[in-house]
Amino acid sequence: MNRSLSVVLWVVVSVLGTIATAVVAMHRSEPINALWLVTAATCCYALGYRFYSKFIAAKILAVDALRATPAERLENGRDFLVTNKWVVFGHHFAAIAGPGPLVGPVLAAQFGYLPGMLWVLAGAVFAGCVQDFVILLFSVRRDGKSLTEMAKEETGVVGGVVAYAAVIAILIILLAVIALVVVNALKDSPWGTFTIAMTIPIALLMGFYLRRIRPGKVLEVSVLGFVLVLLAIWGGQSISQHSGAAHVFTLSAQALAISIFIYAFAASVMPVWLLLAPRDYLSTFVKLGTIGLLGAGIVAIHPTLHMPAFTRFVDGTGPVFSGKIFPFAFITIACGAISGFHSLISSGTTPKLIARETETRMVGYGAMMAESAVAVMAIIAACVLQPGVYFAINSPAGIVGQTAAAACSTISNWGFPVTAADMQGLAQAVGEQTLFNRTGGAPAFAVGMAHIFSQSLGGGTVMALWYHFAVMFEALFILTILDAGTRVARFMIQDALGHIYKPLGRTSWYPSIIFTSALIVAAWGYFLWQGVKDPLGGINSLWPLFGIANQLLATVALCVATTIIIKMHRARYAAVTLIPLVWLVAVTFTASWHKIFDPNPRIGFVAQAHALAAGPPTGATARLIFNNRLDAAVTALLLVMVALVLFESARQWIGVLSGRREASVKETPFVMTRLTEERA
Amino acid sequence: MIQIRNAMRILISTLREIFDEAAYERFLESTHAARSSTSYAAFWRERESKRPKPRCC
Repeated sequence: MNRSLSVVLWVVVSVLGTIATAVVAMHRSEPINALWLVTAATCCYALGYRFYSKFIAAKILAVDALRATPAERLENGRDFLVTNKWVVFGHHFAAIAGPGPLVGPVLAAQFGYLPGMLWVLAGAVFAGCVQDFVILLFSVRRDGKSLTEMAKEETGVVGGVVAYAAVIAILIILLAVIALVVVNALKDSPWGTFTIAMTIPIALLMGFYLRRIRPGKVLEVSVLGFVLVLLAIWGGQSISQHSGAAHVFTLSAQALAISIFIYAFAASVMPVWLLLAPRDYLSTFVKLGTIGLLGAGIVAIHPTLHMPAFTRFVDGTGPVFSGKIFPFAFITIACGAISGFHSLISSGTTPKLIARETETRMVGYGAMMAESAVAVMAIIAACVLQPGVYFAINSPAGIVGQTAAAACSTISNWGFPVTAADMQGLAQAVGEQTLFNRTGGAPAFAVGMAHIFSQSLGGGTVMALWYHFAVMFEALFILTILDAGTRVARFMIQDALGHIYKPLGRTSWYPSIIFTSALIVAAWGYFLWQGVKDPLGGINSLWPLFGIANQLLATVALCVATTIIIKMHRARYAAVTLIPLVWLVAVTFTASWHKIFDPNPRIGFVAQAHALAAGPPTGATARLIFNNRLDAAVTALLLVMVALVLFESARQWIGVLSGRREASVKETPFVMTRLTEERA
Repeated sequence: MIQIRNAMRILISTLREIFDEAAYERFLESTHAARSSTSYAAFWRERESKRPKPRCC
């Protein structure tokens, strides 16, 4: 492009971005149109990608198009494979995009739309995208090594062990919390439960079709599966209106939790091709389509946000989860801003597919920007709801009251008017018996998404279908993560147990498969059960725990990245990863401290245990006290582990900078690429 | 027109990669096998021995 034209274009983008961000940040009192948020986000991402990521690529990482990547040097047609950059981008995005960027921003909307929006934009551009990009590039330069291997090599054995333990811990907590989101979305909902239950035989049918009828024709069978899922959504309406059938599919939270334990165990033990892989294909198919559709819907109808910029709950007294904006907004929204889990994917399959180092920028930085855009859509979906409706859906009965009248009175007294008739009308419109106390974020997101979809396609008469489509969409890919995550954790445990007793490490030995699967399901199942029985809805304690674990993993990834940058003699640019690291340390350490020691029983685990002990004893008191102490211990353990990595990393930095330690990075030696332009 | 065709080609390649169709084709090529339920079973046996791909939250 002509240089002058390029300068003019970027000046226009900068001015537009500044105006849109200023409007979003300064707008008060009247509802704001969602297009301001979309414009601010688009401009910020464009500027971040064009200038910041380019600066990182050129000045710090010195990405080299002539350096052969592992995909070229080690190409074997299986793990290592030179792949088109757009294909890798799609593959990477499909792996990092999950329910996190949808659920977290919906929960954080209790503070208003502004805190979440600013954190998603700044967090993604300056932290999340940077983390994904640098870890991907460093893994490419180390033959596609994983984060735990890089942590061990660059920061020492402690780093490797802690990264490994953090991954297991985060998986366990993540699986528990997302299972809780599904439970809360499906409890007492015969329509939703029927639709999701039907996805199991549909996935089995897809597996059988792929294996026996049309081997390997995945896209074809995914379209077939998608049509069957749409039929299941449509059929769910009839089920919910038939008293006998509705009774069968109306499950309590406990019954749903038990069903999920059985499902996840079965999915982990069964052959991958039979259930896990077809469900993964189906969920990816639905996920990519729905995200695209939601984005188009938001732009097409550009709805008005009814949630104010800030709510009164910035003081930490929120009903959705307790705690002030700092640090809790920053651990509640992880995946849309920065997620440690992404570093596992950036150092997993993706680095083995990259054809040229220069493509890591588009794949690492760019895919995270797309994920952040999904979080912006979630903020919009949550904030198009009337605030009273949002709080009625997301507040647990233990806070707002057990009856519809009590809940409406409490929420209206907070300054967010809502009536029982409004909620009843909305519940009927979406085909549910009630929408009160549907904590977890998924039902509120589904209502917001149905609101947007029904305005663009079909009108209010099809709102129930859109709502259940949205619930199915969320539950489908949460269940995919549950079975894939249980399997990943099972492999990791088998790896570790193999050092103690060799047969336990064999991934095809059935006693080991059953034992380790049961171990993992029991571990996350314990936390899920704790959340299901929690009178405050479970999300209040489990989501922050997940956020802390995820952000602590990001801390480990940024420690590794900073160590490598310093060892590369780029210390003067280390602030690029060091500032996000310092911010995350401040956020996670403060949040952990509050979750353990805060004197408010709604925030601090220890204070809640004391409050329970001082209160009237019930049959569940002893268990609840133990659970709170366990949550405190888990948080403290994660904190100590990450503090050790920080300490080890700081020792490395000081050693290298003072000249006492040799600055040697463990990169694979340079090999000139032989790829022609067309092949890459 | 060529650009649209190229974009469609890349989109289909991306979907084929995400949905493991391309991986199966490569497996058939490397093992010199034909598309069949037996070769598809062998493809999955090989995949199951490896650590599964993580899916993020």
